[in-house]
Amino acid sequence: MQFHQYQVVGRALPTDSDEHPKIYRMKLWATNEVRAKSKFWYFLRKLKKVKKSNGQVLAINEIFEKNPTKIKNYGIWLRYQSRTGYHNMYKEYRDTTLNGAVEQMYTEMASRHRVRFPCIQIIKTATIPAKLCKRDNTKQFHNSKIKFPLMVKKVRPPTRKLKTTYKASRPNLFM
Amino acid sequence: PFKRYVEIGRVALVNYGKDYGKLVVIVDVVDQNRALLDAPDTVRSQMNFKRLTLTDIKIDINRVPKKKTLIDAMEKADVKNKWENSSWGRKLIVQKRRASLNDFDRFKLMLAKIKVSRSFIYFSILHHFRAIFS
Repeated sequence: MQFHQYQVVGRALPTDSDEHPKIYRMKLWATNEVRAKSKFWYFLRKLKKVKKSNGQVLAINEIFEKNPTKIKNYGIWLRYQSRTGYHNMYKEYRDTTLNGAVEQMYTEMASRHRVRFPCIQIIKTATIPAKLCKRDNTKQFHNSKIKFPLMVKKVRPPTRKLKTTYKASRPNLFM
Repeated sequence: PFKRYVEIGRVALVNYGKDYGKLVVIVDVVDQNRALLDAPDTVRSQMNFKRLTLTDIKIDINRVPKKKTLIDAMEKADVKNKWENSSWGRKLIVQKRRASLNDFDRFKLMLAKIKVSRSFIYFSILHHFRAIFS
């Protein structure tokens, strides 16, 4: 699923007592704009005394990746709800775009900890320079002369249309 | 045991997806499963290793070169000619030619094949004759 990063700006509706309520801006990740606005109210409700019914979204813009062809190390700080309580986590990912790294994070959390999208709150994301990376898994790729062989050759037809249940001979898996 | 490595400058063939059949150069490694690829006629993009087959050709570049540097390095290593003269490259060219034949070409091919097999039969009969009667 493609995650998009949105900037949502909203405020409470102006009332008699408060003519110009404070405007709040949030950057969040969702698959589409509708979900982004919903998530905005979810977070804003937790922080301020305002609900969607007595508030308004002023602007929602998608934020696009500035350098989608440059590989970066992303650090993501998150807060998630497990079966026994809330925990904080810091995870690192190597990817070309922030949205890609966030998507990796969600799928990894789902697979490793069985935590689904609604139970995860992203606290902070940042691009980390190579020197400051903490995880060995990302640090092992900080090598300008990286070289490794591929172990297994994946034999598959070039299109799904050419897929057959039975093949005449066993595939050769040596690269 | 391993002769072809994933490394910066390795030329690979895309074997699945939209860019099927294109030769690309591995320009950087994102992580264990993905590489950043570049080619003279495509935008730099990332792709999973499962969609690539590594070739024997390797060019000499630094990590993530500029497009112009990449093209110059490919010219210097003569990737195009090396590929087209390799047995793998030649086979692919023949396959492509065969797939692009029109009906008239197939007819001409049929005639040529008959000619070859007829001359072979004639030659083998002649050979047998000579073998029996000499």
